Amino acid sequence: MDTNLVLVLLLAPFLGFLFNVFLGKKAGKSIVGIVGTLSVAISFAVTLYLFATASQEPVVINLFDWISIQKFDISFGFLIDQLSIIWLLFVTGIGSLIHLYSISYMHDDEKMHSFFAYLNLFIFFMITLVIGSNLLMMFIGWEGVGLCSYLLIGFWYKNQDFNDAAKKAFIMNRIGDLGFLIGIFIVGSMFETLDFTTLKTTITTASDINDLWIAIAALALFIGATGKSAQIPLYTWLPDAMAGPTPVSALIHAATMVTAGIFMLTRLNFLFDMAPSVQNIIAIVGACTALVAATIALVQNDIKKVLAYSTVSQLGLMFLALGLGAYEIAVFHVITHAFFKACLFLGSGSVIHGLHGEQDMRKMGGLKKAMPITFITMLIAALAISGIFPLAGFWSKDEILMTAFHENKALWVIGSIASIMTAFYMFRLIYLTFFNSFRGTEEQKHHLHESPSLITLPLIILAILSFFGGIISLPGHSWLNHYLSPLFSKVSHEAHTLGTTEYMLMAIATIGALIGIGIAYKKYLKDNTIPSEDAEITGFSKVLYNKYYVDEAFDALFVKPINALSSFFRDSVETTLSALVFGLGKVTNSLAFEGKKVHNGSVGLYLFAFVIGIIAILTYLFL
Amino acid sequence: MDNILNQIGIENYIFLSVILFCIGVFGVLYRRNAIVVFMSIEIMLNAINLLFAAFSTYHQDAQGQIFVFFSMAVAAAEVAVGLAILVSIFRNMHTIDVGKLKNLKG
Repeated sequence: MDTNLVLVLLLAPFLGFLFNVFLGKKAGKSIVGIVGTLSVAISFAVTLYLFATASQEPVVINLFDWISIQKFDISFGFLIDQLSIIWLLFVTGIGSLIHLYSISYMHDDEKMHSFFAYLNLFIFFMITLVIGSNLLMMFIGWEGVGLCSYLLIGFWYKNQDFNDAAKKAFIMNRIGDLGFLIGIFIVGSMFETLDFTTLKTTITTASDINDLWIAIAALALFIGATGKSAQIPLYTWLPDAMAGPTPVSALIHAATMVTAGIFMLTRLNFLFDMAPSVQNIIAIVGACTALVAATIALVQNDIKKVLAYSTVSQLGLMFLALGLGAYEIAVFHVITHAFFKACLFLGSGSVIHGLHGEQDMRKMGGLKKAMPITFITMLIAALAISGIFPLAGFWSKDEILMTAFHENKALWVIGSIASIMTAFYMFRLIYLTFFNSFRGTEEQKHHLHESPSLITLPLIILAILSFFGGIISLPGHSWLNHYLSPLFSKVSHEAHTLGTTEYMLMAIATIGALIGIGIAYKKYLKDNTIPSEDAEITGFSKVLYNKYYVDEAFDALFVKPINALSSFFRDSVETTLSALVFGLGKVTNSLAFEGKKVHNGSVGLYLFAFVIGIIAILTYLFL
Repeated sequence: MDNILNQIGIENYIFLSVILFCIGVFGVLYRRNAIVVFMSIEIMLNAINLLFAAFSTYHQDAQGQIFVFFSMAVAAAEVAVGLAILVSIFRNMHTIDVGKLKNLKG
């Protein structure tokens, strides 16, 4: 494999970024869009080439030695193996589609050039994260995508709420990043290397490994992943991140960046396999996140918020799979999720575009006729995420639930309930948005139109992928498992023979999904229920609508005490200290003020004092 | 010389010197005319010079008397400078009353 090829892959988006930053404003909107999209498309083409020609063996490319201290070496290098290629495929592939979509979606925005610049920069950092050959390289990408996420959430920075959302995302991620850093330090000090390949051989062959420290490192790394991938307790930033433009939500906050945590855990699967207790924690956290986020999604009225909580919930399912050691299944779900969630987000963007910025589903409805392509693509994606046979989501979700069933029945129950809820809230969204009559203003109704082809084309491609995406890993004949098998020490999950239990489970999952859809059908299509106004929401749904008051709880638990502590330090401690300092000055000052009265300018007095002084000295010395 | 010293006695020299010195001190403290103050300082200096000379003779050691010469030379210089200052003060303030020279008041 050619070093230059990898450099092209990595630097194409970066050059796009440089162009858009420095020349974008002058070049005009169409050129900005073309350059931005093309730079990612080049990366995608290179990825396809790598995918087609890559051998079984991972390829390591060391550009140069970066840090070397005694025995500790960190190289500035890249690792191209099956995992990075899989990730690159959908990062650059979906990235290209979303860039294409953004050309039309962001066309009216005056800062389109910086939007594309940030988006290109994001792709650059995401590629760095994915192909880094050691933990530090991964960390560079990790921080970089966090930065781009911040910039893009706060893209419309004139709205203070959006700024706050951006800051929240950044700060929440910092908390996770601290965990990640601690994990890196522990791993580095234990094995004296951060290189993935070396780490893998060291950990799998060494016999005298301290289990406790491995577990602590794994836990710290997992905390890093909870920040980036929005798991309990650090998930609250993701729904707020919907403040960014919709293509950003689709690319960063659904398809790619938020899966970085899953990528990291999969990359370090050998390490997590050494810490079963941490794996249990991961599985439980994942299942709980899946359930909690799904319940919140049930009552949200903002179309993007529903999708955001859905993303959190699906990420929870992926972590459930990771916790159960089924890395390849988690990867499978990441891929299918990237397809249908990107499709859903882009579809919602199309709807928002058509309604000139309206995001409240209570003011939508009946868009089926006006926006047929958006409707059909979103419907396919919704069916896919609900897990309806034979769409992509069915296979991946079913694999997760099946693994959970074999490993831990309680987790299976939680995951299944979350899946049923998924089906319900997705079809609640579909029915509220596309069916019945339009509930917006007359003027909006007049302007209803299908989005331009630059928006619908990515939707169609993604819908097709959501439909057929499952074929990459059909049970029994899993191409994906086979492809990824060199990465994992155990491939026991390959051996899912399709017995009666499995068919039963599939049937249960499908029936569950159908029940969810059925309830939504009854409530929102037949009875034509419209979710009540914010003020009228009562009972448990109010708790759900307010997201379990988690933000308020965080506010009360962390923000307020810290603010109180700060004001305590400002009002009490600092005041006391400055009183002390100023007091000293004042005492000196007033002493001097009194003392200067002695200096009345009378030479006689001075002389007198002089004589008295000498007499006193002499008396003291000689008497 | 020895005879004179023996006749009068060293202690009388000391008494004279102390009296002269005290006269000088009180002159400095109580008189207000700057020139008189100046003269009082000279008296104090000469009281010390007298003591030097007396002890020099008493100990049969010329060093004390040599030192007196130095002291007188310095005193002469000091008088020159001091009087110049007084003239200058008088020109500026039209008085040499030390009680009225209060410009150093803090």
